[in-house]
Amino acid sequence: MGETNNVLIKMAGVKKVFLTDEVETHALSEIHLQIQKGEYVSISGPSGCGKSTLLSIMGLLDSPTEGTYLLNGKPVANLTASERTRIRNREIGFIFQAFNLIGDLTVYENVELPLTYRGTGSAERTQKVEHALQRVGMAHRMRHYPSQLSGGQQQRVAVARALVGDPLILMADEPTGNLDSRNGEAVMELLRDLHRNGSTICMVTHDERYSHFAERTIRLFDGRIVEETQGAHIGA
Amino acid sequence: MQPLIQLRNLEKTFDAGGQKFFVLRRITLEIQPGEFVTIMGPSGAGKSTLLSILGMLDGAWSGEYFFLDQPVHKLSIKQRNELHKYNIGFVFQSYHLIDSLTVYENLDIPLSYKNIPHKERASLVCDTLDRFNIVGKKDLFPNQLSGGQQQLVGVARAVIQNPKLILADEPTGNLHSAQGEEIMQLFKRLNEAGTTIIQVTHSEKNASYGNRIIQLRDGWMVNQDTSTAAHSLQ
Repeated sequence: MGETNNVLIKMAGVKKVFLTDEVETHALSEIHLQIQKGEYVSISGPSGCGKSTLLSIMGLLDSPTEGTYLLNGKPVANLTASERTRIRNREIGFIFQAFNLIGDLTVYENVELPLTYRGTGSAERTQKVEHALQRVGMAHRMRHYPSQLSGGQQQRVAVARALVGDPLILMADEPTGNLDSRNGEAVMELLRDLHRNGSTICMVTHDERYSHFAERTIRLFDGRIVEETQGAHIGA
Repeated sequence: MQPLIQLRNLEKTFDAGGQKFFVLRRITLEIQPGEFVTIMGPSGAGKSTLLSILGMLDGAWSGEYFFLDQPVHKLSIKQRNELHKYNIGFVFQSYHLIDSLTVYENLDIPLSYKNIPHKERASLVCDTLDRFNIVGKKDLFPNQLSGGQQQLVGVARAVIQNPKLILADEPTGNLHSAQGEEIMQLFKRLNEAGTTIIQVTHSEKNASYGNRIIQLRDGWMVNQDTSTAAHSLQ
């Protein structure tokens, strides 16, 4: 499968060591990982296994101690801080467990946020925000504030915000962690639909029920990849 | 002096299976500029709802609400949003910072929704970083900060444009006591410099920083001028 030019994420020998009170913690060791364009990958494992650290490095929120990381064919190690910021804001759409919406901005403004940092013209912004909200079924709540929405609706708005700038990849960190199972399921179905329409998704979850929504599951334990499962996705 | 806030018989209800439930009942109150008011009461008493209404995040209520000379009850959603944006800063229990944006970018968010030239935005953000002593943290992400530092950024973002009013919903609820105290001291200084503050809290200690307590119970104001409340029961 996959020619090399379809590789979106390529990590080789990635290692992350944290120093706290002179104790070395090896959060990640010897991570070799590739994600192709259009894939839906889930990273699972018990808490403390390093999955969120791995996602942080992938999302340029953190840097590896050792190893190489190519994002869309380019090494990220030599990027300046402002180049990293630029790539983070443009090429990566983040979805967080706690939604990360700002309570005193409307739904529309929350979704518009990533576009305000890149000089998109106002007509194009409106069109993109409305389109993103339609894709997650929240266009009718544009002028509401987050506190007026249910948790499931808030997470759908967060998905719209992640989508709005047409990123290369969506990165979701425990996107169902704050939701009951019905709303969790709905968000997972939404991600699956996005994937079917071409989005590349990398999701961290410790919930076995949900890792099966992805087409490939990478299992981490003690900072190492211990298992990879292909084609476990459900539903047709 | 003109009150900053005047509520007259403000009520909020919701329907559940054809039955009407009251979240807030006949709230009548005035808040003067420069006050530091605490809203207290058991869970479900309507505290956060009242704060949302004062902050114009919730428009589904009846009664009258004047913000300075503006009749909020007569304004359109768009006008309310504008009024809120230029006059009110919000501080949330869980900070509401964006994890994929740096401290600098998080501070810039409220400015990006106003017509402020780029250069002026940058200088406002830098001034604020300076004022809150967090210049060294400007390129860090929220998850690289302690809870107390994250809330410091939360407060800095709320006041970056010198709002007339700060609304804080359990601002120290996620912090341990030393960090919580720092945030309260910060509110005290902002209040002494002239900013009106309304906070919701369960903590008597936090309430002691304010000059007045409003007690809510089952949607009613219970401590202030109870005779009025009793009278209006007909």
